[in-house]
Amino acid sequence: MLEIILERFNYIPIIILMMTGLYVVIATGNLVKRLVGLSLFQTSVFLLYITMGKVFGGQPPIIVGDYHGEDAGHGAEAAAGHGAEHGAGAADHAAEAAQHAAEIAYSNPLPHVLILTAIVVGVATLAVGLALVVRIREAYGTIEDDALNAADYSLETGSAE
Amino acid sequence: MDMLASLLPAGIAVHAPALIVVIPLIMAAVAALMPRGIFAWGVTLATAIAVAVLSLNILGQVSTGGVISYAMGGWLPPVGIELRVDMLNVPLLLLVGIVGLLCVIYALPSVADEIAKKQQSLFYSAFLVCFAGLLGVTITGDAFNVFVFLEISSISTYTIIAMGAGKDRRALTASYNYLVLGTIGATFFVIGVGFLYMATGTLNIADMAAVLEQNGHDRVTQAAFAFIVVGLGLKAAMFPLHVWLPNAYAFAPNFVTAFLASTATKVAFYALIRFVFSVFHPEVNFVAMSFTWLFAVVGVIAMMVASVQAVFQTDARRLLAYSSVAQVGYMMLGLGMGTAAGLSASMLHLMNHALMKGALFMALGAFALNFGVRRVKDLAGLGQTMPASSAAFTVASLSLVGVPLTVGFTSKWYLVTAALERGWWWAVAALMISSLLALAYVARLLSAIWMETPPAGKAGLAPARRLAPWMVLAPMSLLAFANIYFFFHADPLVGLARAAANAVMGGN
Amino acid sequence: MWTPELSLALALAIPAIGGVAVALLGKYPNLREGATLVSAVLLALNVAYLVEIAPSHPVLELANLAPGLHLVFRLEPLGALFAAVASGLWIVNSLYSIGYMRGNGEKNQTRFYVCFCIAIGAAMGVALSGNLLTMFLFYEVLTLSTYPLVTHKGDENAKRGGKIYLSILLGASIGLLLPAVIATHYLAGSTDFVAGGLLAVNEVTPAIAGVLLVLFAFGIGKAALMPVHPWLPNAMVAPTPVSALLHAVAVVKAGVFAMLKVGTYIFGPALIAATPTSDALAWIAGISIVLSSVVAMTKDNLKARLAFSTVSQLSYVTLGVMLASPLAMLGGALQIVMHAWGKITLFMSAGAIYTATKKTEISQMAGLGRYMPWLFIAYTVGALSIIGLPPLGGTWPKLFLMQGAWESGHGLLIVALVASSILNVAYLLPLSARGFFSAPEEAKLKKKPPMLVILPPVITAAGVLVLFFLIGPLRDYLAPVFLSSSLAAEAAL
Repeated sequence: MLEIILERFNYIPIIILMMTGLYVVIATGNLVKRLVGLSLFQTSVFLLYITMGKVFGGQPPIIVGDYHGEDAGHGAEAAAGHGAEHGAGAADHAAEAAQHAAEIAYSNPLPHVLILTAIVVGVATLAVGLALVVRIREAYGTIEDDALNAADYSLETGSAE
Repeated sequence: MDMLASLLPAGIAVHAPALIVVIPLIMAAVAALMPRGIFAWGVTLATAIAVAVLSLNILGQVSTGGVISYAMGGWLPPVGIELRVDMLNVPLLLLVGIVGLLCVIYALPSVADEIAKKQQSLFYSAFLVCFAGLLGVTITGDAFNVFVFLEISSISTYTIIAMGAGKDRRALTASYNYLVLGTIGATFFVIGVGFLYMATGTLNIADMAAVLEQNGHDRVTQAAFAFIVVGLGLKAAMFPLHVWLPNAYAFAPNFVTAFLASTATKVAFYALIRFVFSVFHPEVNFVAMSFTWLFAVVGVIAMMVASVQAVFQTDARRLLAYSSVAQVGYMMLGLGMGTAAGLSASMLHLMNHALMKGALFMALGAFALNFGVRRVKDLAGLGQTMPASSAAFTVASLSLVGVPLTVGFTSKWYLVTAALERGWWWAVAALMISSLLALAYVARLLSAIWMETPPAGKAGLAPARRLAPWMVLAPMSLLAFANIYFFFHADPLVGLARAAANAVMGGN
Repeated sequence: MWTPELSLALALAIPAIGGVAVALLGKYPNLREGATLVSAVLLALNVAYLVEIAPSHPVLELANLAPGLHLVFRLEPLGALFAAVASGLWIVNSLYSIGYMRGNGEKNQTRFYVCFCIAIGAAMGVALSGNLLTMFLFYEVLTLSTYPLVTHKGDENAKRGGKIYLSILLGASIGLLLPAVIATHYLAGSTDFVAGGLLAVNEVTPAIAGVLLVLFAFGIGKAALMPVHPWLPNAMVAPTPVSALLHAVAVVKAGVFAMLKVGTYIFGPALIAATPTSDALAWIAGISIVLSSVVAMTKDNLKARLAFSTVSQLSYVTLGVMLASPLAMLGGALQIVMHAWGKITLFMSAGAIYTATKKTEISQMAGLGRYMPWLFIAYTVGALSIIGLPPLGGTWPKLFLMQGAWESGHGLLIVALVASSILNVAYLLPLSARGFFSAPEEAKLKKKPPMLVILPPVITAAGVLVLFFLIGPLRDYLAPVFLSSSLAAEAAL
């Protein structure tokens, strides 16, 4: 049991972060804090992807030296390609990729690329969310959920007369 | 079909799958720069026309030449990003393209009424981003790309929903809640994709399916399945993950509601089908189990509970929004049957429902435009003051109930037949009960429109007839007419739905 | 030129064109009513031709919805007869409507006549339909198009009645009839009306057929089998011409006609007899007959009394179907014709009394026969026909039904039929007696009823008398349907 957990030690902080974030989203009544929780939740997923790309003993995926006498561009393409295809963290895939890349073990760069995109998405979401909070503050004068609900409720019952 | 395929010159047709996403994205930037709303609308209209033409052309290409695989930037799949069109997503492209075009025509008078002048260009820009995102989700063959496009469409959706704040500040809170839930859904989805990537080492959907078939399924893929279903289910307003939808639809600008109701949840539902059927195989044990015990059950509950909730709504658009949740339940039920017949019934209902809800929300928008109608009781007497819009509304709402002479009947026919084929008598009963509930809430709307007298105008004058602007009336009537037309000519839609089901089920 | 197909199409087109013409002529009441009458006469002529050619079974495909789903007209004697009854009585009723609507100064008359045209067109569609799907479609159109007629007055009472009307009829048809239709399609691969019974030909087991039979019996809400009957009394909030034509002829008869057609062409007599549920349904029909007669006795409102009488009389047809013997089914088919003529007479009399005196309760109608002798004679003739006394048309269906009940071994049900006839006497004739023999409350009528509300019931009363003597041709015309279908069914089983 302990072994299983230790083998997957990287997931432990991820799960803790994820649950903390989700809990904050659910538990807090403050709209800004809720966005903080949301960001925490998203960040944990970024970490999940990044640890996924780690290959033990792997180097950063930058080609060093002038290996393979041929066209360097072609080599880069092949390395990137195979990295994407097989770099799933499974040992044999990593080994195969390493063989192609002149016996050097590289970390899988693809998750990093994906997470760059995801970070951009996260930032955009956060920006829109905060902009909304600003507008809500202007319209309602509060950013507390309870107060907002009360305001909406009175509006509904008031207009339902 | 040949005619459609040769609609565009070969040079353009080859790149149609890329252009259909790229054009709206670029035009979004152009629209944002327009000094006045009407110019931005012009840009949007041109884009929508281009997209509609491209989608028709792609339909022609796929039905004559089979699956299109477009390698983005020349990088071949599975390494590069693939745009992939087969019979399953062609109907969605058509739906988004054509309903989108109709909605854009409708937009001009509606947006002019609801959005502040200086915001209009930005509004259209955001709409185009959303449009591009939905098309992107539909057309891409790459799992991570689905996430990116889903978020592109969602983030822009949050903004355009929030722009309903000009009429009702509750649009802001509705949009905020949608943002929080939508982001959680998208993050769940991306976790699922991550697990799939761990298990398969690829992001290409077709490639994933091939690797999974070879390696078999383990815990990781099961976890991936769970995360993806929850994530996409949230976007598709699958019960009980629908809580964001009613308020978002109720307070968004009318044009946005009409567009989203007929496209956004549909696209998410498509993505769900794509993952459940194409990536995970329907015959795999845990997937098959999820059909009966998750999708079918959740679908039936949605059909009942959301319909009952709809009956008791006071806000007209929220009523229809709950009805949308119930209708998603029908689609989930069809999916849950796990048979080709069930899936094709589900796809058919997806298209038909877009026709109904598009017309319904457009009509409500027309009512709001002329009389500021929001609540059910405000509908009183509109049959006398706005007969044309009321007629369109009536046709579409009868279609929602499933009365013969409308497409709603056709989809119900196929759903019930599929349920009988599966031997699910309880599903037949559920479909019928839900239809009766639909009758109950539709009757509330229709009796207000036709049976009650319009409130007297100012100074006690009898309320005058007010015709909606033709740009509102034309797309609305067209959709209402389509509700009848496709009853008598069900072949095209049924054919598309069948082909879609066969594309993923591999049957004949 | 005058082909059967054209004639079938015209049966639908004439009311449709008539409806458009009425709508366009809405500003000129005389021309508008002219349009209604012209289309009624044209339709009747067209249907007369259809009756003539019915035994040759012409077919007209209206639309092909999707593979396996067609909208088809296929003429056969039963449908031709129903079409003839509905279209023939439409002429009489149109005359009556003109008198009634003008006499009572009703509003929204254009909408009234347009909906009437649509309703008649839908009744034609039900009559001529060649498969269940087509029948279901026109059945629903009939429901929806009569809703504005039922709620014509637009007051709270009318709205409430209309709500019950619509919710029961649509609810039953969507909740029960539609699944039955789709299940039939699923079991048999089509929904065509086949001699000998579609389900019997496709060898559906009696157990499943029994379930379907129950769904049909209650799903066809217009047949008003208890407990789905409350829509009928509630529909009496409508103006009397509507009650007369629709709730004595077109709508309710569309229901029992659908029942008969489903029994004959979807199940077939042999399969019905083999199902475990048909006996129970026959008894429910028998109970409906007696119970609603009893309820009718308690009603003082004339139209309400007639409504419950209709519920009772409709169940005769359902009973005929469930007994599943050729004679009983023939009795049921004849009941459609005979009851239509008798009951429309009664309703039109009720409306005429209302037009003349604004009275709706039987207890207020003492002595009115002295001022309107012709009307009360017509009423009495109609009532006697419903009771089943010779020499009036209503005699025959009861006779055949009793024979059929005996033949199929349900002797006890004869008691129900006899009891109902006795009850009929008890609730229909007091009005005649009171009208002629009691002293009138007032010295004279407030206003003289227009000719157009007195003449039509007299015409239909005469028709009831004539029908008694037409039984030979009628029987010869219909008998092949039931004889051949029972023969074919025996061959199939």
